Amino acid sequence: MEILPDIASLINSTLRISTPLIFAAMAGLFAERSGVIDFGLEGKMLAAAFVAAVGSYYFGSPWLGLILAIIACVSLSMLHGFASVTHKGDQVVSCVAINILMIGLTTALAAAWFGQAGLTPTLTDEQRFLEITLPFTDVLRDVPVVGIIYSDILSGHYIFVYLAYLCVPIVFWIVFKTSFGLRLRAVGENPSAVDTAGINVFTMRYKALMINGVLIAFAGAHLSTAVNANFFREMSAGRGYLALAALIFGKWHPKTALIACLLFGFTDALQIRLQGVELPAIGTIPVQLIQAIPYVLTVVLLAGFVGKAIAPNAIGQPYVKER
Amino acid sequence: MVSPILELKDINKSFGHVQANKNINLKINKGTIHGIIGENGAGKSTLMSIVYGLYQADSGSISISGKEIKLRSPRDSIESGIGMVHQHFMLVENFTVLENIVLGFEGEFVFGQKLKKAKEDLKNLCDTYKLNIDLDSVISDLSVGFRQRVEILKSLYRGAEIFILDEPTGVLTPQEVDELFKILRSLKEEGKTIVLITHKLNEIMDLTSEVSVMRQGEVVGHTKTTDTDKEKLAEMMVGRSVLLRLNKSEAKLGDVMFKVKNLSVKDDLDVTRVKNVNFEIRSGEILGLAGVTGNGQTELLEALSGIRKVESGEIYLNDEKISDKDNLLDPRELKEKGLAHVPEDRQRMGLVTDFKAYENLIFGYHDQEPYSKSSILRDGDILSFSRKVMEEYDVRPISPQLITSNFSGGNQQKIILSRELNENPKILLVGQPTRGVDIGAIEFIHQRLIDMRDKGAAILLVSVELDEVLSLSDRILVMFDGNIVGERVNKDVTDRDLGLLMAGVA
Repeated sequence: MEILPDIASLINSTLRISTPLIFAAMAGLFAERSGVIDFGLEGKMLAAAFVAAVGSYYFGSPWLGLILAIIACVSLSMLHGFASVTHKGDQVVSCVAINILMIGLTTALAAAWFGQAGLTPTLTDEQRFLEITLPFTDVLRDVPVVGIIYSDILSGHYIFVYLAYLCVPIVFWIVFKTSFGLRLRAVGENPSAVDTAGINVFTMRYKALMINGVLIAFAGAHLSTAVNANFFREMSAGRGYLALAALIFGKWHPKTALIACLLFGFTDALQIRLQGVELPAIGTIPVQLIQAIPYVLTVVLLAGFVGKAIAPNAIGQPYVKER
Repeated sequence: MVSPILELKDINKSFGHVQANKNINLKINKGTIHGIIGENGAGKSTLMSIVYGLYQADSGSISISGKEIKLRSPRDSIESGIGMVHQHFMLVENFTVLENIVLGFEGEFVFGQKLKKAKEDLKNLCDTYKLNIDLDSVISDLSVGFRQRVEILKSLYRGAEIFILDEPTGVLTPQEVDELFKILRSLKEEGKTIVLITHKLNEIMDLTSEVSVMRQGEVVGHTKTTDTDKEKLAEMMVGRSVLLRLNKSEAKLGDVMFKVKNLSVKDDLDVTRVKNVNFEIRSGEILGLAGVTGNGQTELLEALSGIRKVESGEIYLNDEKISDKDNLLDPRELKEKGLAHVPEDRQRMGLVTDFKAYENLIFGYHDQEPYSKSSILRDGDILSFSRKVMEEYDVRPISPQLITSNFSGGNQQKIILSRELNENPKILLVGQPTRGVDIGAIEFIHQRLIDMRDKGAAILLVSVELDEVLSLSDRILVMFDGNIVGERVNKDVTDRDLGLLMAGVA
């Protein structure tokens, strides 16, 4: 029964690794359901990570860091909205601009402020989020099954992990059970229908982008003030793109997007676990090959494994009222 | 005197340099069905979009029941009791009927009591007006006729007193039109006011009590429907007298020129859209193909003109097999064999709209003399030729150097027709020759097609306009769900009979 703790630790890492993906996918869901492509999740996550780390360092509180990260990401989302909603610019170009700008800006600012290219100072325990041990963890540890699930899998995560899994049902509820959600979905499918129903299309898209900014900030803060104790260059490492991929083959639906995020998180956890491990009959798999697993999986899944993903009908099209 | 329920005073609206509405004055009385008629581009839809708050007028005022109101957005109009059924429905296709109707008027953040109440209210409205709509069905599963009813129900639910319908019958079968008219009449009986925008004279005569005519952005006439007739209205619309009946003699049938045997065709999504179709066309004959949009006519036309693969079956031209599953002549080879094609979607397939008119006029023949020699275009000859055919086909303005997209729909169509007819084809495939074309131009185009027939061409006419099929064809096929479901000789057919076939009922 030596395999059981292994599985438990694998699931535990899956939950943790999936967290930024889930926030980013939910953030993307709001933008894209409203008809605005969000390719810029990557850049915004990077910005959030940087601002959260710097904010926590200066003000001594990770919460203040998080709030600043939210302000930064909402501002970037508004910038994206200003370019692509108000001025009807190309949404992908606007996102790419944000992504490129953020890679450069975070590195340059870190160099200017802290003298280290792309690094912020290490945060003390007071300046970052710590792992939360759930109550009764020790008491329940020895109970069979429940003990492993509760103490080894569910307990001991950063606050963002719990928030991420709480966020998915809330997103589902907002998108499918409220009038805001109805309007959100409508504006991404047929903005003219929304306009003729007397709702401002632009305001709706800005609202969606605002929520998008808040959610993506959580992903970034998780990276730099929880799992790590500083910001480092390009620390988002493609998670924004991965989240977007998860959103797409989750068919823009919170539940399936969650599953996709977990799948990515699992392959990532697996590759970490498999590194240097000698497998029976196969031997040691080269690290590079293992690290490629999540990306190969993305390509395979996107190449039609999950069937045709039907995007919101009006995605990527700026709304033009007059001819 | 009672003030009119809707009154427009001196409305002006420009888009760039184009003045779409000029000093429009209009009074609409409560409880009437008021027709607004005019050619495409006369400014009807723009005017109604202003009334619905989608566009803002540059100047002028709008009053409802004598009280002037400001309409800054559709919300203002809806709250003033104006409802609009747009030409292209404003529905979210993957939403249910209920979701579409409450959109924007949910009344609560979290769905619950209000939604239940809305559902009950809507059921009552459906019963009152006999709309027969299932509120839980998804829009994409509904037929066009039902989608339109959803739009009407939507306006009713929002408390509309004035209903504006923009070209409501363009996409309906005759039976659906009957149903729609019944609904409109019952709305009128309940005291609602209806504004009907159309370019179809029959509808005006059938339904309205008053009619206003628009031409080139202005209201050029206003009359009680009983005081006018179709000829007078057409004359007002076009600005000159129009021949509504075609000069058409009995067809002189020749040999079979074109034959289609067991033809099946798939669309881009690999769905079989044309199913085992058989027909032939003789020289000197116009064969009309009627049907509601999307029943396989497009794919059939594309296969016959060599731009879509044949799945099975054969196509013969003058007893020579030209296409089957393994072999498809391309449009160029077909052209050389005397087949011409006027495609359904003229903007996408018939023209390069960014090119100049003279370039479009010779496209497909540009590498032949006299248009080019040794692969070099001879602009002088092309221009003089272009001027000649533009005159002959009444393309206005006669400016071969003008960019094609600046011509009106009717004139664009004439450019295509002159190009295709000028080579005297033996077989002519025509799709929707008068879609979006003005009455004046329709008359001209129809006469040209008849002339071609009398010169011995075999013509296949595909059209969703039943009137057009009826007035031009010698023989009529009806297509439904990829099958030819009926064949009629034009002399002994009624539009009711055809309508039932088109709906797949008969």
